[in-house]
Amino acid sequence: MTHLTVDKPPRSRPAPAGRPGPLGRFSASSPSWLFAAPALVVYVAVVLYPAAAGVVYAFTDWSGIGQEMSFVGVANFLTLLDDEQAMGSIGNTLLLTLAIVAVQNGVGLLLALGVHAKLRSRAMLRVVFFSPVVVSPVMVAFLWKYVYNPDPSAGLNGLLGLRVDWLGDPSVALWSIAGMVVWQYAGYSMVIFLAGLEGVPTELHEAAMIDGAGTFQRFRYVTWPLLAPAVTINLMLSTIGGLKLFDQIFAATNGGPGYATETLSTVLYKQAFVFGKFGYSTAIALVLALFVAAVSLVQVYYLRSREVAS
Amino acid sequence: MRRTYLLEIVMVAVAVAFLFPVYTLIALSLKDPAQISQTPLALPAPPTLDNFAKAWSAAALGPSLVNSTVITGVSLVALVALGSFAAYFLARAQSRLGYGLYILFLLGIVLPFQLGMIPLYELVNDLGLLGTHAGMILFYTGIQLPFTVFLYTGFIRALPRDYASAAQIDGASHLTAFTRVVFPLLRPITGTVLILNAVFVWNDFFTPLLYLGGSGFETVPVSVFAFVGQYVSDHGLVFAGLVLGALPIVLVFLVLQRYVIKGFSSGLKG
Repeated sequence: MTHLTVDKPPRSRPAPAGRPGPLGRFSASSPSWLFAAPALVVYVAVVLYPAAAGVVYAFTDWSGIGQEMSFVGVANFLTLLDDEQAMGSIGNTLLLTLAIVAVQNGVGLLLALGVHAKLRSRAMLRVVFFSPVVVSPVMVAFLWKYVYNPDPSAGLNGLLGLRVDWLGDPSVALWSIAGMVVWQYAGYSMVIFLAGLEGVPTELHEAAMIDGAGTFQRFRYVTWPLLAPAVTINLMLSTIGGLKLFDQIFAATNGGPGYATETLSTVLYKQAFVFGKFGYSTAIALVLALFVAAVSLVQVYYLRSREVAS
Repeated sequence: MRRTYLLEIVMVAVAVAFLFPVYTLIALSLKDPAQISQTPLALPAPPTLDNFAKAWSAAALGPSLVNSTVITGVSLVALVALGSFAAYFLARAQSRLGYGLYILFLLGIVLPFQLGMIPLYELVNDLGLLGTHAGMILFYTGIQLPFTVFLYTGFIRALPRDYASAAQIDGASHLTAFTRVVFPLLRPITGTVLILNAVFVWNDFFTPLLYLGGSGFETVPVSVFAFVGQYVSDHGLVFAGLVLGALPIVLVFLVLQRYVIKGFSSGLKG
């Protein structure tokens, strides 16, 4: 089973009784906590302390300049509730994340099943589908900005004979962003599913075939349950990535047209660096953090409950 | 067997469609402005390398490549060292402290960096590290430690304890047992850790824009971003810049791709 899942505390796990290693039941003392100390210092300084300070700033009216700030209680959160643009960005964030999670993992799974088969071109296909993952999201966004240009003779329109203004039409733009993110990261999901597929014992498939199971039945009853850990990690990574998405939107549309592709991360960026409302900006960041935490917790508990030991 | 051929044809067709944006990128980078406006989809005829020569100097890619290489290289060394040591304790500790610290590290995967963005900017500024390589290295080491610790801890948990125990019966300390016996066994997951962190650090855009903008120590994505902004309407030139900017990491990937995908699989399987 995959190890990219949250393990239960060691205390609640029974010792692997009855299987002593070559050294019998000898077990050395645990390593000292000092092994973790240097990592902990850097982690606290760079991640935990600033995040904690951010939580404090979320309750102030700090402008980002000088030391002057006062505590304003939940005023920033009340402002957020009244801020139509910011509230709309919450809807956009959730829709965008949902679209990315569903399509990226669906496509990733199909690609993985395809390149898992014994094809002559499988090695090359894997490289092709994974390559966009290694390119900077900002550069991918600039490329797609051209691919999505409204000219009927160029880019995607020219290829498909369409006349869509992919990034300029407010009813299409959010899905266009989702499309370029899926193009970039479908290969990432594919590789994780592939790792899961390679862990499915071939004997199980052979046994199911002898029992007369068809291709679909073998997938449904043999492969799919054993893929559960890969599904968990894929859903978690794509959800967290979707909720936090920034670079692609910043480079491709910067939230536009109008507010059609504005998400929590672009709104909080503008509040801080365009309007100088650092207190309000961190309050929006805190809301984003709570979204990510809530969704991750639900996924961990729900998805782990359906994982089977492989 | 016929079904395998059919699947192969379908998959190759999907791959060709998937490569359309890449074709656009390369074709436009080889065209002059007249070709781009008249025959945007056609093959470049004749291809020209003018865009590349111009983009290389206009985007100041030479210095950015050095900056990106230094920042990525040192961050990777720090991440492997700090991450593997911490994970050895977290995976082997029998105490509540070990589990508590593990959860504390996992929290970092979930927290959006935006929450600490502004306080961290102040901290980096107060330490005098704004606009320096050291500031960026500290940032990447901290921000990528949770994912690194997560990968290493899972992998070490699946390793038998016996190797380290045997070394300790022979009188080795925990430190020696780890560096001499356990760390070499971590090679597959270290490969995964290196690749995933290299891709993240090399390609990160927003933080170096914020911390390095205007310092003369800009990384590749920041230089390309500024370059694209400047020549926005000249697509041939812009795309030549994108090709040059993406080339180093793509070349590293193409050379190492067998290990990338294998390391990925073994990293996930443990």
